[in-house]
Amino acid sequence: MLNLVPNSFVPLLAELEVGKHFYWEIGGLKIHGQVFLTSWFVIAALVIISVLASRKVERIPTGVQNLMEYALEFIRDLAKNQIGEKEYRPWVPFVGTLFLFIFVSNWSGALIPWKLLHLPSGELAAPTNDINTTVALALLTSLAYFYAGFSKRGLGYFARYIEPTPILLPINILEDFTKPLSLSFRLFGNILADELVVAVLVLLVPLFVPLPVMILGLFTSAIQALIFATLAAAYIGEAMEGHGAEEHE
Amino acid sequence: MDPIVASASVLAAAFAVGLAAIGPGIGQGNAAGQAVEGIARQPEAEGKIRGTLLLSLAFMEALTIYGLVVALVLLFANPFS
Repeated sequence: MLNLVPNSFVPLLAELEVGKHFYWEIGGLKIHGQVFLTSWFVIAALVIISVLASRKVERIPTGVQNLMEYALEFIRDLAKNQIGEKEYRPWVPFVGTLFLFIFVSNWSGALIPWKLLHLPSGELAAPTNDINTTVALALLTSLAYFYAGFSKRGLGYFARYIEPTPILLPINILEDFTKPLSLSFRLFGNILADELVVAVLVLLVPLFVPLPVMILGLFTSAIQALIFATLAAAYIGEAMEGHGAEEHE
Repeated sequence: MDPIVASASVLAAAFAVGLAAIGPGIGQGNAAGQAVEGIARQPEAEGKIRGTLLLSLAFMEALTIYGLVVALVLLFANPFS
């Protein structure tokens, strides 16, 4: 395992550790503790904001309530566009959870100076920069669209595999595997790449120069959250709609 | 790590991300050019075109990112070391 940067070089800011983890042993399982810590932080932040926003609901929203209503409308429009006017309502919570969790994770990794907290090994960063998190999210999406397809169309769901011709059966089956693969790799790679680029720049020039790249990182991580949620909604919509749905990679 | 494996991994990592950048580069250039053309022809549709463009650029970028993931696996989690 290579360690890209000697740790003593710029000790506080620019440690660059990929593939090192803060292991917890629970019941014979080795789990990545740093991912859990940051995920709990993200979940806590989301819960606190939601509670604050919905504790005293007013007719004319102000402050946090206003912000969360904006977020909710954004997610509802996203789901409506991808799934369709008739079916979208039950899927708003799922798509919204994906979007908010990924968005807040990505931004927490970029905005909160986690590096100031030292762990025995590994380092705190965005939870989505661990492939296990993104694979879990992608598999949840797979389960969700299977469930959506079955509950809507029953066994007729399988007709999807031999459309438009039975010759495409292997490709259609393969697609079920490539969907979670591409979803998880896209998110993981983008976030990790952002953090690596920022870390390398910080290592070279610690002040001011990395700022534009950090801002670009904020932008791409927001876009990645949007893409994940959009694609999840698109897959769900496609599974319920059946034939003739357009291809999303 | 065996030096041959190490050097082969480093070379392969460089090739993985370098070659993976070619196709999406061409694709993104095409998409951006077409978007500019679209905006020039119909300036009032700029907002919609920009949103779609950004989304599709991110899809194309994902292809390079797959190359990057392979490169990172070779460098940091090499299965042959």
